[in-house]
Amino acid sequence: MTTTTEGRDKEKERWSMPKNLIVATFSRPATLMHAVHAVTKENFRIYDVYAPYPVHGLDAAMGIRHSRLPWVTFIVGLCGLTLALTFQFYTSVLDWPLNVGGKPDNSTLAFIPISFELTVLLGGLATVAALFFRARLYPGKKAVLIADGVTNDIFAIALRIRETSFDGWRLKEILKQSGASDVHEQEAEL
Amino acid sequence: MKPKRTEDQVLAPTHWVDGHPTLGEITDDIAHPMEARPGKGWWICFGIALAALLNLGGMVTWLIANGIGVWGLNNSVGWAFDITNFVFWIGIGHAGTLISAILLLFRQKWRTSINRSAEAMTIFAVMCAGLFPAIHMGRPWDAFFIFPYFPNQRGPLWVNFRSPLVWDVVAISTYGTISLVFWFLGLIPDLATLRDRATGKIKKFIFGLLSFGWNGSHRTWARYEIASLVLAGLATPLVLSVHSIVSMDFATSLLPGWHTTIFPPYFVAGAIYSGFGMVLTLLIITRQTMHLQRYITVRHLDKMAKVLVLTGSIVSYAYATEFFSAWYTGNMYERYHFINRATGPYAWCFYLMVLCNVITPHLLWTKKARMNAWFLFAVSILVNIGMWFERFVIIVVSLHRAFLPSGWGMFYPTAIDIGVLVGSFGLFFTMFLLFIRFLPMIAMWEIKGVVGHGAHKMALTTDDDDDDDDGGQGQGEREVVNA
Repeated sequence: MTTTTEGRDKEKERWSMPKNLIVATFSRPATLMHAVHAVTKENFRIYDVYAPYPVHGLDAAMGIRHSRLPWVTFIVGLCGLTLALTFQFYTSVLDWPLNVGGKPDNSTLAFIPISFELTVLLGGLATVAALFFRARLYPGKKAVLIADGVTNDIFAIALRIRETSFDGWRLKEILKQSGASDVHEQEAEL
Repeated sequence: MKPKRTEDQVLAPTHWVDGHPTLGEITDDIAHPMEARPGKGWWICFGIALAALLNLGGMVTWLIANGIGVWGLNNSVGWAFDITNFVFWIGIGHAGTLISAILLLFRQKWRTSINRSAEAMTIFAVMCAGLFPAIHMGRPWDAFFIFPYFPNQRGPLWVNFRSPLVWDVVAISTYGTISLVFWFLGLIPDLATLRDRATGKIKKFIFGLLSFGWNGSHRTWARYEIASLVLAGLATPLVLSVHSIVSMDFATSLLPGWHTTIFPPYFVAGAIYSGFGMVLTLLIITRQTMHLQRYITVRHLDKMAKVLVLTGSIVSYAYATEFFSAWYTGNMYERYHFINRATGPYAWCFYLMVLCNVITPHLLWTKKARMNAWFLFAVSILVNIGMWFERFVIIVVSLHRAFLPSGWGMFYPTAIDIGVLVGSFGLFFTMFLLFIRFLPMIAMWEIKGVVGHGAHKMALTTDDDDDDDDGGQGQGEREVVNA
């Protein structure tokens, strides 16, 4: 495991471009999984896997950490809740108290439905916004496909070519042996 | 040691798709309706829907120009078709979220073929629903008054946050927004697929713009799945809250027939019942005209029919409880209301409602009935009619004879009332027909997940970790293994 600062550096590195990659493509998810297991067994770090659907078991095989998105939901949801309660309190108690059917100015129970809705609304929108931000997805972004058909029926593994202690020959061998339909080096601006 | 899988078990995950399409074939099949020219059936449906939509435009213009007096409303019955239609459409919307969120949390694989169109249906139904509260106001151009806003130009007087009508505004807006976001999020990977196979420049541009640069990265997929799960977790209490709040519009009043604590669960069950009715209506037509029987199989219809039996039974039980409570309270106004409901001038509406909502679902107890698409189609139409009349009975029958006989009256719909109702169907179907023509009506990536996972298991008979990691994929497999 890397420490936080190291992790951040790695992230920065991931975000910069272009990169030299060894790319292997597969036509079946089973062979892809075989290859991922084989590659990680020999301590190669997988840059990313590209697939037309989320292949289950890949998270563990690639060593992807649990996403922290639920924290965003929780914190922003909590803000929504506080905001809604405060605003309703302000309008109904401080700014213009109005006697409605003799009910108390601060009718907290009656404020709950709106507070709940705002919690959900802000929490939900923030989750999606955080996903887009973190995964760098935005309208009109030009997609860089690692191989033709990765959004259709092709699976691909990409590994970065490192300057030091990187046995590219061995890696290609493993990938070929695990049933890759094609293994090649390519430069990509990911 | 786990026992070795037999071939049957290995094939089990593909149970929800007929045949064994490859991943590429799935893309081709689902993208086909968008790439081919629409058939005659589509054009005929679209023509009718568009005509009804234009009719809606005319009717609403007339309504706004002349005031709500053009409807059959009067002093006794101040809410009639408008709010009936509103509750009806909001109810329709509930099935979409139920299928996409609640069934996701319950790991029901059969949702994958139908969730996209059900979610789309939700959005269009919420659009139709939102129309009615806006146009039923005497001065619809002041509709923005229902939102609190800065700077507050009404003096410091704010909206009344204790009122369920205000809760309703917030609930429906939230529901519409979250449904739209959830639906769009689900569409992104499929839009990327369409972008990469598009041949025309315009299509490539539009899909490219909307697919947010999606490239199938698994690191993104991992986050994407968490975000979907979180949204599903949020949407589940949301959908239950929305119809509960709608029911409180009535339940917090003192009117006999409305003033009852059973309303929230009763309305939610009714909403799911009517929503599934509408999903069945739409999907039975669509699978036929778009040739998608391979993906929306009779087994999907069977599952939805079972939901109809369950929720229909809950609704029937609620009807019975209402009558029992009215008798048991000893309150003469409450008692009279229910006697009037079953024997008064609108009794025919009540019996039509009972026929459609209490008796009809019980036709679905046999598998043969549930697997017959056209029989189900007929049932689904009855469900739609029954649920519209349920809201009519609750609203109009309660209002027309409340406490003082001197305040009693009758409601007769005018041509504008009926025109607006028909027009709202026009809006709904126009949107839906455009949707199935221009967007993938089945979530390709989710179907691929179901099918691909089956293929994956077939090859990896000694795989050691897939059962723990398969997330949403485990349920269908277990089902067949146990069978």
